[in-house]
Amino acid sequence: MSELDDLVGHSEIVICCGSGGVGKTTTAAVLAMEAAARGRRAVVVTIDPAKRLADALGLEGIGDTPVVIDGDWAGELSAVMLDTKSTFDAVVVKYAADPVQAQRILQNRFYRNISGALSGTQEYMAMEKLYELQAGTDFDVVVVDTPPTRHALDFLDAPRRLTRFLDHRLYRVLTAPTRGMMRAVNAAAQTFVRTVAKVVGAEVFDDAIAFFQAFDGMEAGFRERAERVLELLSDPRTAFVLVASPKRDTVEEARFFASKLGENEIPVRTLIVNRMHPAFTDALPEAVAERARTLRGTDLGGLYANLADFALVADREEHHLAGLAEQVAPAPVVRVPFLSTDVHDLDGLREIGDRLFGRTRA
Amino acid sequence: MDPGQFFAASRLVIVAGKGGVGKTTVSAALARAAAIAGLTTLLVEVEGKSGLAAIFGREPLAYREVVLAKGGSPPGSAEVRGRTLTPDDALLEYLRDHGLARLSKRLVSSGVLDVVATAVPGIRDILVLGKVKQIERAAAAGAGDAPDLVVLDAPAAGHAITFLQSARGLVDAVRVGPIRTQASEVLEMLTDPGRCSVVLVTMPEETPVNELIDTAYRLEDRVGVSLGPVVVNGLYPTVEGMDSDPREAAARASAELRSGEAEALAAAAGFRRMRTALQREQVARLAERLPLPQIRLPFLFEADLGRAQLDRLAGELVAGIEGLTDLSSASGAPR
Repeated sequence: MSELDDLVGHSEIVICCGSGGVGKTTTAAVLAMEAAARGRRAVVVTIDPAKRLADALGLEGIGDTPVVIDGDWAGELSAVMLDTKSTFDAVVVKYAADPVQAQRILQNRFYRNISGALSGTQEYMAMEKLYELQAGTDFDVVVVDTPPTRHALDFLDAPRRLTRFLDHRLYRVLTAPTRGMMRAVNAAAQTFVRTVAKVVGAEVFDDAIAFFQAFDGMEAGFRERAERVLELLSDPRTAFVLVASPKRDTVEEARFFASKLGENEIPVRTLIVNRMHPAFTDALPEAVAERARTLRGTDLGGLYANLADFALVADREEHHLAGLAEQVAPAPVVRVPFLSTDVHDLDGLREIGDRLFGRTRA
Repeated sequence: MDPGQFFAASRLVIVAGKGGVGKTTVSAALARAAAIAGLTTLLVEVEGKSGLAAIFGREPLAYREVVLAKGGSPPGSAEVRGRTLTPDDALLEYLRDHGLARLSKRLVSSGVLDVVATAVPGIRDILVLGKVKQIERAAAAGAGDAPDLVVLDAPAAGHAITFLQSARGLVDAVRVGPIRTQASEVLEMLTDPGRCSVVLVTMPEETPVNELIDTAYRLEDRVGVSLGPVVVNGLYPTVEGMDSDPREAAARASAELRSGEAEALAAAAGFRRMRTALQREQVARLAERLPLPQIRLPFLFEADLGRAQLDRLAGELVAGIEGLTDLSSASGAPR
């Protein structure tokens, strides 16, 4: 049984990571679909302003709660589009001491800003959603398509970052007066804060103070949850799939991700390389190109020139991949060919699935 | 249209598109094409690790400007420079320029910058765009060291919209103060077609084309930028003989085929025919859905992007620009 078979058959969480434009969303959908085909109840989570998963699944729109996708699978397939803000809202409601505190936070202007814009919030909420889905009993496996962020592995750090944010010294300073402590010590800091407030506008700071006052007492719950989310990421039931395409720059980014995962002691279970150009021939690309040159001007010369094009590009792609494959070893490398048609519906996803799992399609 | 005239139409060109479509490649090729047309061009990256410098065979870019390609080759061409703009560096520079150097040190050491950036969404983006605006102003004033043209390699699609929307968002959210001033000046630049235009990049495939159309309308509606031509990247160049049968073609050329070769030639030709047909379909669909002129760039089978390939793409861009009728058709996509 291949690593990928084992992964869709037994893993409880599958996280697809990689840089933008390499087919992460498609891969996540295909893996969830395969798990469903094998009788499991699978859900795929995506965060995507461009609603790419909905496109790939041929759906008009999927929402923040899992939507069942009809198909001929033995198990079940559902999809969720992460809405960062409503997930954050739910977390706030969960940890608030009472509905009054929850409302005070939800209505705060500063909260409304950070819930959508705090760097790492999206990543953190993806992990939060993941935690919620796997903790429930509705699904056997949760497949996550990681956010297309500037630094695509931010989600590893996101839970800690959010707690760091809540623990920030400045907020201690800001909230100190209401806690009635260290007023004098903070006088210098307050002067500094006032200067900053002049630059960004005082209303921002008033909102921030109100937010942290409202938030008081909830940090512990948040921190504990963040720790549990982190534990989940390094749990053996969780499998990381690195998705790449064979272009030079994307392979370099994939190597960066692989080393970041390594630093976090998270093994890559499988490397999936999408959009590999087919070579069509075992002959040396240069030999084919040479043949095209001698036959230039004839139809056969054109045919050879075309064959040489694909042989050259395929050769170069393999060359780019070599180092990456070595880096993620012993994880297997699964190559998905660039197809002669585009993938944007369920049939397309099935075809990719057949390629991924080594089934040839009639 | 004349490339010199094209590149002189606005001093800032923002290149945007979904990840993986070749946004950075197009940014580099545009910069090189402008430099060949005689304009000293500054390439700006904002996310780091974009690979811009690698295309020119240079070390990764830093905040300080460096020369990526010298001028003079071909004769009459100007230089291409490059730099990375980060919000932190831009803020420090801003504070230094406004006599607040002491404040800036404390901002960094205390981590307050992170907090401020968090408290005011879009502030990081506006710091970067504010710096871009400063360079654009210097260029407009013909300052000694200023470039003639700035090419900005924008963040990938979804982020590009947020990035460019930050100015309008801040103008709405912050009532007074230097941030508001900065945001409204940036917004003024973004919405002035004589100062700024956006070049959107896509590949001739279903999903990237859909996203490009979506991005184009959102940028016009929400930011009010003027859209330049769309660059469709990665079209398979035409090769003769794709419809012919390998065995018959071999007979006509009096050549022998080795065993299995006819099948390989036929399969490769079939693949190219199908992909080419799909690409044409997508190019036509894009033209129909988005009334902006298109410039098409070839897929490079033979080698990775280096200096030689960059010059080739720059040449293709120039040819595409020469094929454009006029700029008025390049602004304002009617719904």
